[in-house]
Amino acid sequence: MDIATHVFSALYQFGDAFAFLVLSACGLAVIFGMMGVINLAHGEFIMCGAYVTAATVHAGLPLPLGILAGTVVSALVGVLVELAVIRHLYDRPLDTIVATWGLSLIATQGTLIMVGSTMAGVGTPFGSFQVGDYSYSIYRIVLFCSALGVLAALYALFNWTRFGVLARATIQVPHMAAALGVDTRLIYSLTFACGAGLAGLAGGLYAPTMTLVPTMGATFIMEAFVTVVIGGADVFLGTAPAGGVLAIVKSVMTSWQGQLFGQIGLLVAVIIVVRVLPKGISGFVLRERT
Amino acid sequence: MTGFLSLFRRLEGPQTVGRGPGFWGLFAVVLAVALAYPLFSDGYTVGNTVYFFVWVFIALSLCIIWGYGGSLSFGQTAFFGIAGYGYGVLTLNFGSAYGFTLVALVIAVGIAALFAVLLGYFMFFGRIAGVFLGIVTLAVTLMLERFMAQTAGPEWHIGSARLNGFNGMSAMPPLTIPWPGEPIVLFADVGLYYFVLGLLVVVYLALRILMNSSFGNVIVAIRENPERAEMLGYDIRKYQLITFVIGAALAGISGVLYTAWGQYITPSSMGMTAAALPLIWVAVGGRSDLTSTVVGTLVVLAAFQALTIYGSQYALVFMGVLLVLTVLIAPNGLVLGVMHWLGRLAARFTQRAG
Repeated sequence: MDIATHVFSALYQFGDAFAFLVLSACGLAVIFGMMGVINLAHGEFIMCGAYVTAATVHAGLPLPLGILAGTVVSALVGVLVELAVIRHLYDRPLDTIVATWGLSLIATQGTLIMVGSTMAGVGTPFGSFQVGDYSYSIYRIVLFCSALGVLAALYALFNWTRFGVLARATIQVPHMAAALGVDTRLIYSLTFACGAGLAGLAGGLYAPTMTLVPTMGATFIMEAFVTVVIGGADVFLGTAPAGGVLAIVKSVMTSWQGQLFGQIGLLVAVIIVVRVLPKGISGFVLRERT
Repeated sequence: MTGFLSLFRRLEGPQTVGRGPGFWGLFAVVLAVALAYPLFSDGYTVGNTVYFFVWVFIALSLCIIWGYGGSLSFGQTAFFGIAGYGYGVLTLNFGSAYGFTLVALVIAVGIAALFAVLLGYFMFFGRIAGVFLGIVTLAVTLMLERFMAQTAGPEWHIGSARLNGFNGMSAMPPLTIPWPGEPIVLFADVGLYYFVLGLLVVVYLALRILMNSSFGNVIVAIRENPERAEMLGYDIRKYQLITFVIGAALAGISGVLYTAWGQYITPSSMGMTAAALPLIWVAVGGRSDLTSTVVGTLVVLAAFQALTIYGSQYALVFMGVLLVLTVLIAPNGLVLGVMHWLGRLAARFTQRAG
């Protein structure tokens, strides 16, 4: 095997890990970065997106529309959750963790009762292609492009739209924004819905690649949290570079020792990074800049 | 006598609810009932009660770290699992002769505490606080669960003890107390009941003394305002680390007792659901007080078991609802609220009588 195929293999694994980390983390990062709320039910929003996607695909819709349905349904559930629970807890960040954990428990067990222990999956589309001795799934490339697309869309949303400007104003000084006539409660609701929708999108995108079980959220949640912790509060200065760094750690460790060591590598990375950079990468960058 | 009285006075203070002859009279009555309980019950029910008691230690650990210290740790089940597996590995390798099980208990709890020192150093000296602390501890716990779940192959063993992956370890000996003539084996009935009850009373009283000492006051000061505590000259990192390690040791006691009680331990005892349950007991009971934590844990556990028997799979949904409602409606905990109400009632009653 020549060097080019090795390089391609490494790049492919990096891209796969990067897509997984960024897609599973960005919903969490939006909610945390904008609202300071850690959503422990994040994994269950991902599960919701995946289930809705699978259900709509079984009902005959094409996969992209199914993913869209999963995203929208998750966002709507997010609005409901924000109205019913999160809204009352903004001044108690630790309690939001506890409450969202309760929600996660309800969602996991509720899904188990209502839908059963597994759900029929969706086949992975697009097939595969051959480089050197190995074959690669085209869908993984699609996922990588989706991750980049999501980052670009978020950047555009928060920098170029009216909602983005209002949201950033609300995040900086909520009282000032409210005094200027911004409906901050609405902004918080929409931001939470946005984060939940992104989680649903991640679930929908990964639905064709994994088995659908009520506890599938737990597969994503550790990677998502690790990325957000390392990235810090800013989605673009934090989550994206953290995804890049962690993808290198994960793909190198995985190809060296296997999947479990990839995850252990992530854990060691997070423990070392929080010791050195307690506010994450974005905290470090922002301090350097100001 | 004066020494005894001064010790007694140390049990009361601003950090714990309950003082005076009324409270301690009630305490004595409850203790007497608990001591007499096996006389009126059968072995199975007593063994089941021990199961409840076993969980109180991990609840107390969360009460210390979260309720008093203000750092939300999701990692208590990690220490639970480490100590449980530690006990299993030690006793499967070295047997139970000469009271070694008690030594294994101490070593296993020590391993859990050592792990807490390592993890706590990185967290508290990295000045991680608030929500990040919760995430890091949760990530560590889930990682440990995944690690233990993949140790199914025969290459995963420590000495002669196979780790057995997802199915977990089993057939470790129960706790044994060396006794001239015949050693006392503490199976999961009356023997273990008195052992665990004694340990529980000692730990409860010791924690009362600790939390009402100057150490406890500093811990609460850090919870209320870390910057102020630091300005007053306390190295808050050290205090937080010590609290974390004490909590880990308590969770470890739970782990060892659980393993010795059921003679098995599985990786799912460290999973998401297992990690959520202590949080529910402590939050519902009232996290900022030791007594309400103990009462809350026992009440919620009993309710959970009753629900599991009658409503089976809905029990967890109900627990989740209970947790969300507690956080929304009674953030200080239901049991603690009732206790404060009783305290006010008693105060009014004594005032009127006087």
